[in-house]
Amino acid sequence: MLTIFYLSAVVAVVSTMMVITRKEAVHALLYLIVSLLAISIIFFALGAPFIAALEVIIYAGAIMVLFIFVVMMLNLGRESIQQERQLLKPRMWFGPVILTLILIVEFIILFSKIRGQNYHALSISPKVVGVSLFSTYLLGVELSAMLLMAGIVGAYYLGKGKKRIMHRYLANTGSDSKAKGETK
Amino acid sequence: MTFVPFESGLILAAVLFLLGLIGVLVRRNIIFMLLSTEIMLNASGLAFVTASARWMQPEGQVMFIFILAMAAAEVSVGLALIMQIYHQFKTLDTDTLNNMKG
Repeated sequence: MLTIFYLSAVVAVVSTMMVITRKEAVHALLYLIVSLLAISIIFFALGAPFIAALEVIIYAGAIMVLFIFVVMMLNLGRESIQQERQLLKPRMWFGPVILTLILIVEFIILFSKIRGQNYHALSISPKVVGVSLFSTYLLGVELSAMLLMAGIVGAYYLGKGKKRIMHRYLANTGSDSKAKGETK
Repeated sequence: MTFVPFESGLILAAVLFLLGLIGVLVRRNIIFMLLSTEIMLNASGLAFVTASARWMQPEGQVMFIFILAMAAAEVSVGLALIMQIYHQFKTLDTDTLNNMKG
């Protein structure tokens, strides 16, 4: 378990260093996903299987998909097909694939070794976490619900964009007084 | 106690946090700055989970769940802001975006 921890720590640090030195945002996102998966294995080795699952599902699944969506949207205008083809050169995904292979090997070793009751005695089960979350920290849950609501409303307001006017005629029908002012 | 020593987990969290801080300070692309903020949030969550494993208490994991919810809200608002900035100024470079009032 200790060697698995140190190996995935090395993977996490290396991939994080690659994240902050890449030029293309897509390559940095690829390395960041590898880093998150390595940290997830570290959580499992620390005895927090529930947090490890949440890390993969929410961080590497939802938040990174949001990032990739925005990066692809911003590149749409100026990026040509030629440039997009260069993004997926074999040299570019060689590093993430090697790091992910190390993580897969660790994963297989973990799940073949962990059959016994030893891990369950030393880890904190999701049940304990859930009971603590919804009894002692219920106020925190409600506060984070309000935070998420504020995030949704803020993202909707910022992403709404301006109302586009299709034609001069349609613009004049909307507000009569303004149209009169323009005709004078 | 788990299999992993407490100090090495904390050192790893500190190294990851430092890398995220360097990323925020060095990079000038605003998407990379948001990514580095994510790295820093994740490193602080790792410190919480390490402490939770050291004392075998669930509080650290509860705190990680709160950090996760906060990160999701922060990313959604931050990315909406980035889209808005790109539509107005046609750039993502923070050195050219240093005017408060255009």
